[in-house]
Amino acid sequence: MAPRLKLFAPLFIFALLALLLFRGLSLDPREMPSALIDKPLPDFELASLGEQRMLSREDVTGQISLFNVWATWCVSCRVEHPYLQQLADAGVPIVGVNYKDEDAAAMQWLQDLGNPYTVNIADRDGTLGLDLGVYGAPETYVVDANGVIRYRHVGVVDERVWRSILEPIVLELTAAEIN
Amino acid sequence: MKRLRVALLIVWSALVAVSAQAVIETYEFSSPALEERYQSLSAELRCPKCQNQNIADSNAPIAQDLRKLLYEQLEKGSTDQEILDYMVARYGEFVRYRPSFDSATAALWLAPVILLLGGFGLLILTVRRRGDAVALDSLSASDKDQLRSLVDAAEKKA
Repeated sequence: MAPRLKLFAPLFIFALLALLLFRGLSLDPREMPSALIDKPLPDFELASLGEQRMLSREDVTGQISLFNVWATWCVSCRVEHPYLQQLADAGVPIVGVNYKDEDAAAMQWLQDLGNPYTVNIADRDGTLGLDLGVYGAPETYVVDANGVIRYRHVGVVDERVWRSILEPIVLELTAAEIN
Repeated sequence: MKRLRVALLIVWSALVAVSAQAVIETYEFSSPALEERYQSLSAELRCPKCQNQNIADSNAPIAQDLRKLLYEQLEKGSTDQEILDYMVARYGEFVRYRPSFDSATAALWLAPVILLLGGFGLLILTVRRRGDAVALDSLSASDKDQLRSLVDAAEKKA
């Protein structure tokens, strides 16, 4: 290396580091891809919330839908609830996974705030949550018509998340299904 | 003075209370070997919620769940590998502080080795170059004589 160029080495190293660290700033370490992407929804045998029947994998799959993991103890779930209602009103099927919750409290919540869910799986002990790799509510999964998990979103679903992330995936799946 | 002592006592007890609270539940193991494996596995499994803690240190609900699961699986007789596979199938390689070697983690595993080798390479190169610069061979015969006489004179003085 020419001696003149050598003088610039610290500058180059600095620029490289700055670039690396700047990139790091814009990354969200909580954005982890689910280990179950492109894997079938885990099988389960759990009660339907507020009903006397049991639900299994076959009962809740068959069409492209959102699986929303929620609980009454989860503050962010209350935040996203109105938007889920809006989506449901627009015709998006949302299956609820009532995660480690009490049935009575959950039913009260649905009565007070409205029920955006086509059906609710009462996952009282979090066994389905465990098989799904849930680490904190709310989480929302996109599941295709064959019951295969296509996407997992951790955190609140709002207009921005729906428009920029979830809706494009749902549309793509719908298009693929028609073809 | 007494006041100070009381104040210190309060502060101390507050600190102790916090550390005692860190992990609430205790498990009774059927053998000490299981307990040892529990300790090492819970230190190696990463809490998915609070990402810079292992599940032994974290008090997040999910970490408690995973500790319970770990306990149950150990008592059931699962091997370490089975337990790790079970966790990875649900939470991804992410949950292991020592992820297995594959294309996604290759950089993680190899970077330290490459950097170390690169550092050694640089070191050897630098030392060699410096060695060349002051090699005695580059001195002419008369320079060598002069150097010797200088050294001798200096030694005599000492």
